[in-house]
Amino acid sequence: MNKTVNQKAWFLVLPVLILVGFSAVIPLMTVVNYSVQDTFGNNVFFWAGLDWFRDMLESERMWNALGRQLVFSGIILAIEVPLGIFVALNMPKKGFWASFCLVLMSLPLLIPWNVVGTIWQIFGRVDIGLLGYTLAKLGISYNYTQDFFAAWATVIVMDVWHWTSLVALLAYAGLQSIPDAYYQAAKIDQASRWKVFRFIELPKMAGVLMIAILLRFMDSFMIYTEPFVVTGGGPGNATTFLSIDLVKMALGQFDLGPAAAFSLMYFLVILLISWVFYTVMTNLDKREGR
Amino acid sequence: MAKITLDNLAHSYLKHPTKDDDWALKELNHDWVDGEAYALLGSSGCGKSTLLNIISGLLQPSQGRILFDGHDVTHAPTAERNIAQVFQFPVVYDTMSVGDNLAFPLKNRGADPKYIAERVNAIAAMIGMEDQLKRKARGLTADAKQKISLGRGMVREDVNALLFDEPLTVIDPHMKWELRTQLKQLHHDFGHTMIYVTHDQTEALTFADKVVVMYDGRVVQIGTPQELFERPAHTFVGFFIGSPGMNLFDAEIAGTNATVQGASVPLADAYAPVAGHAQIGVRPEFVRLRAGGEGLPARVLRVEDVGRHKIVRLDVGGTAANAILDEGEPVPAGADRIVFEPQAINVYADEWRVAPERRQGRAA
Repeated sequence: MNKTVNQKAWFLVLPVLILVGFSAVIPLMTVVNYSVQDTFGNNVFFWAGLDWFRDMLESERMWNALGRQLVFSGIILAIEVPLGIFVALNMPKKGFWASFCLVLMSLPLLIPWNVVGTIWQIFGRVDIGLLGYTLAKLGISYNYTQDFFAAWATVIVMDVWHWTSLVALLAYAGLQSIPDAYYQAAKIDQASRWKVFRFIELPKMAGVLMIAILLRFMDSFMIYTEPFVVTGGGPGNATTFLSIDLVKMALGQFDLGPAAAFSLMYFLVILLISWVFYTVMTNLDKREGR
Repeated sequence: MAKITLDNLAHSYLKHPTKDDDWALKELNHDWVDGEAYALLGSSGCGKSTLLNIISGLLQPSQGRILFDGHDVTHAPTAERNIAQVFQFPVVYDTMSVGDNLAFPLKNRGADPKYIAERVNAIAAMIGMEDQLKRKARGLTADAKQKISLGRGMVREDVNALLFDEPLTVIDPHMKWELRTQLKQLHHDFGHTMIYVTHDQTEALTFADKVVVMYDGRVVQIGTPQELFERPAHTFVGFFIGSPGMNLFDAEIAGTNATVQGASVPLADAYAPVAGHAQIGVRPEFVRLRAGGEGLPARVLRVEDVGRHKIVRLDVGGTAANAILDEGEPVPAGADRIVFEPQAINVYADEWRVAPERRQGRAA
């Protein structure tokens, strides 16, 4: 087949280029612009080269925040993925209760981040919150504004409460796509419950689980609102994750240069880790196909 | 291996079946003789798969009992029944290799690894996949996957029965024939009780010692291929088996004579007066064309040459009918009558075959 050569067709993608330019490229470039300049106020900027990046790489504060962030993402993935699968496996397959569970599961996903934060902030209060009050009455020392472990536990449990549903719903969708014949064949082959999970359910869920892990990783790595509302990054810097630190730096201290360098590196880290996740998982998939 | 007895068995997918139509499987009593090969034949939705799933324990019957060698297994789980079943669409464990797929049922039963390897190799040879044992099952073609499913069904030697639920639907015709031959061979060698569900009459007739024909949730006839051909017990059997199926005409039966559309058709035997809707059925193989003279007036619509023989499509007073002529046999010029071979005529009352009162020319 002969293709018609018509370079004018490039003009057809122009609207998209303009749109992407205004919505992504230009804002990003402003950040790039700040990251290589310094100012002493009065809107006078001068060239700073890669100084801010060097500063940031040497800043213990940033490395600590990154460390906390990785630990946080690691913990919530380790909880939410298995728990989500477990919930999905135990949800009714059809009928009224299936729909009921689906609605119930989606409820936390529909609540805005700052509302979730507020709910847990009140929920955990020792004086008026159901959780905090109960724990205090049980004699357990719990105070998320003072205690390191209490703060972490609250933030993690809150995230699990908010987002496990997403993993569960995706895993549920994966499970629903398995034809009955597979379960019947497994029964005929006398496979144990574990083997049914290992050889039928897990392989069929692999694709959606990959998406779930990727989404949960990216989202948790960017988490801001909920811990900000609940703990404000405290006690001390205990729950100051990357974005909280970034906002403190950019808007609290108004250090635009370092904050811009910080956010670019933050962006690259997310990109890098997501790429690693994706490549590893698709390769696993391919290797099994051989 | 076991004799399988169905005792008053019936099944409905509804909780509270009230009318006859609610039953997917109508009450049924039958013994599947140990070591015989059966074909379960019927059109889609007639209850074949339901029956199969009840035997293998994937489904609990609404009523009745299933016995394996006289031992009640109605509520026993599938694993306890030790049955192999192959489904219509391929089921393979994607992440396992072909060999592991074949070994899976044996491993689950904790068989000896040496024995497993031996069986896997034997089965792989049978389905022609020896050179692919190490390959992952994912990404194989549908018929390769189905061959694995079949192989998994055959890998256990000690099963009580082998059930096949239209297993060759996705296999291409050449391989179909080969696998069917393999299954027959397997049956011959090991003498498993086999039940083979199909809606393909050729498949049923070539595979089985006995064919069980189901219609509308009911077993309408169990017999050898020859019996089904010569004496269909129900008009559905006559219509479903044979290509084209049996011709049916409304008739009035009186002794050794049937009257069809005012014309007289002689019967080989005498019949008692028939109650209900009376019909005669004649297979196209036994319909002869005549020009003038005796017989039923008929109009030749067209002649189809299908190679081995010719099919003559006829219009008999508004009823469609067919006749089969041998390849060399010409359609008589000006053919406008058909006559039947009296021995080949079956009489039906309300769809069910009526036995003759007495045989003509023989002691009653």
